[in-house]
Order: sequence, then structure tokens, then C-alpha cells
Amino acid sequence: MRKNSDHHTSTRSTVAHTPDQLLSELVAHLRQNRTQLREEWARRITEAQLLMAMSKEEIFAEATSVYDNYVEALETGTLEALQAYSRNLSERIIPRGVETHEVVGIVLLLRDVLARSLFAKYQGDFDKLNRILDAYEPAANRIAITVAVGFVQERERTIRDQQEAIRELSTPVLQVRERLLILPIIGLIDPHRARQLTEQLLRAIRTNRAKVVVIDITGVAAMDSNVANHLVLTVEASRLLGATVIVTGLSPEISQTLVNIGVDLSKMNTVGDLQGGIEEAERLLGYRVVSVRDVAAIQQP
Amino acid sequence: MQVPILKQGAYLIASIQSALSDADLMQLRDALVAKVSTFRSRGVIVDVTVLDVMDSFASRTLRDLVHMIQLRGATTVIVGIQPEVAFAMVQLGLTLEGVATALDLEEGLAYLDLKTIKKVSNPRDG
Repeated sequence: MRKNSDHHTSTRSTVAHTPDQLLSELVAHLRQNRTQLREEWARRITEAQLLMAMSKEEIFAEATSVYDNYVEALETGTLEALQAYSRNLSERIIPRGVETHEVVGIVLLLRDVLARSLFAKYQGDFDKLNRILDAYEPAANRIAITVAVGFVQERERTIRDQQEAIRELSTPVLQVRERLLILPIIGLIDPHRARQLTEQLLRAIRTNRAKVVVIDITGVAAMDSNVANHLVLTVEASRLLGATVIVTGLSPEISQTLVNIGVDLSKMNTVGDLQGGIEEAERLLGYRVVSVRDVAAIQQP
Repeated sequence: MQVPILKQGAYLIASIQSALSDADLMQLRDALVAKVSTFRSRGVIVDVTVLDVMDSFASRTLRDLVHMIQLRGATTVIVGIQPEVAFAMVQLGLTLEGVATALDLEEGLAYLDLKTIKKVSNPRDG
């Protein structure tokens, strides 16, 4: 059917109407029936159970803005305003858990609602309907793509920002005692973060003149063999700086990974948990922690 | 360029001042191994703080040096490996196995004090 109508336009549009004229007619129609079409669209959105995270009033308010932007984009043929709006909209609705399929769904619904109204209006004049649809569909498709892409880009940007935030948050190197550092690692370690951790640790060993470092990986559920290898390299590099590394909190999965890559256990100093690690570190540094009460008991027999 | 070898009590300190050629490294190794017995030193410190590259020849020569000096009855510690150098070395698999390392000269001296104290000490040394 599309092929057919293409044929029609190419032969007749020059005689009757240019696509521009058709579009302005279309826009006038959409402006005229704004209230009714908008309501129809909002009703269809609710019906299809899209945007469940938003209230009816919110959906209606957003639908109005989208509708106006949509008509404007059809009229002017420029997508900048719509692009900006869809970015702004995405920014607002992504934190509320709106999914990609919902956004694409509502745009396609609007396209459908408008097309239906065109069908109703030009029912009598099939030829004109074809030409109107020829003008409408490419523009509508472009708009749908713009909104969807805007949403996905915004989402990706959010994910990137969050990854960056996680990276910055989660790599503190802490000094707990003179010459003793702890490095608690939490979350997923990718090769990038592993490299960053190593750099930070080696620099901290230097600046704090550390002799012992406890790396606690209780908060790391699993690591692939690349990262595990990196961990082993970090331990050896720390040794070259004159510091002993104690690794604590290895999960069964990580232990298995380390065994699978054939780690030399004589180089790895591991202790079950962070407490044990710190106790071992204190022993290496020559500290002995004694309860004050015990000392008092010994001193006054 | 020659590496100055300083005698400090019972220890020898070789403080590398600039990047070394392979020949310089071997010369350093031979000089240190010879001087250990000349001065009857108990410990040797090699300070590599200024090196920003440590290739496989350098690390092998250093390892040989440490083992040779051990056979001559003294303890060696390598000090001042830079963080970036350390990581580059382990990535190349140059882990200086069996070689003692310390952060800097001060740590190296502390390490030697700890290691050589068990040997017979002269009461007059205090």
C-alpha cells in the first residue's frame, strides 16, 4: 500500500499540493482538534498501562507538552526543540523507573491516535488521505526516533554518571595505625577500576610509609581471572616497595578463581576476615593490643 | 657512569645517581661483591630511587648481585623502587624473587639492623 501511495504522490502532488502545504493542513487539523486528540491519547496511555509510575494528572500534563512539541516539530520540521524537551522529560522520568518500552510505546500511541484522526477526516477522499499520510509518516517516524534516542541517550548518560560516582566513592586507602593501611574494596572490579586501585595503593604506600597493607575484599562478590591476576600483581608490586600485603575476606568464588589461575600461595598472605587481617598486621608491625582491664589485673595480683 | 659506594658502619650503601647502562650495572655488581669482603660488611643497600625504568637485564643483575652477596655472607636490600616502576616490573614478571626490598634508605637501614642483629655482634660496637 505504501508503494502505491508513493506512486500517487510522485505523479500528482506537483499538480495539487506540495508536501509542505499538506503538512500545514495537517498541523491546522491537529491544532483544531488538540483537546480531543490529547484526551484520546492520554486515555490510550492509561489503557495500555504505560507510565504506571506517574499519576493521571501528570500523564495528562506531560501528554499536553509532548503533543504541542510534536505538532510544532511537524510544522517547522526542526527537531531541536523536541530533542531538548525529550532530554528534559527523560531526566525527570528516568529516576522514577520509567522504562524504554513505555516511552517508545507512548510516542507510537500518539502516532497511532493522530493517524486514526486523519483516517476519519479524509475518509471520503482516499487519494488525499494517501498524500497526507505520505507527508505525515516520515515526519512522525523521525519524531518517534528522536524521542526514543533522546531517552536512551539520557539513560546511558545517567549510567555513566553513576559509574563515575561509584568509582570515585569506593576506593579509599585508610591508615589505621602508624605504618598500617587498609584498603576495603566494595562492589564490582573492572579492569579500569583495578588499575586505579593499584595506582592509588602504591602511591599511598609511598606517602604514608606503610609497612603492611590489609586489602579487604569481603564486599567483592566475584572477579574474573584478569582482575584476580591484577590483584596478585598488586601484591607483588607492593612487596617491591617494601610493604607486606595481607588479603582478607576472600569469597569461595574468588578463592576458586585464584586457584584456577594458579596463584603462588607463598607470595599471597591471606587471612579469613578483616579483624584477623588487622591482628596479623599488628603482629607483623610488633604491636600487641591488650585490654586495659587485663593489664590492671596482671599489675595487682 | 660510576655508582658511588659508601661505607656506613657495618653496611655498604650504593646510591645510584642516574640511569645506568648494562656495563655500569655489571661494574656495580662486581664492585659491591668485592667490597663486601674488603670492608667485612654485614649488609648492603642499593638505592634505586632515581631509576624510572627497570628492564629485565637490570632486575636480573640486581637479583644476581643480591644472591652473590648472600653467598659472601652479607644481607642486601634494594630500596626506593618507584610505584610506577614496581607495577611495570611485576607486569613484565620481574618480581625480584628472594630479594629483600624496602621503601627508602631509612627503611633499608632498619631492615638490615633487624636482620643482622642475630649475628654475633661486637660488644664494643654498643
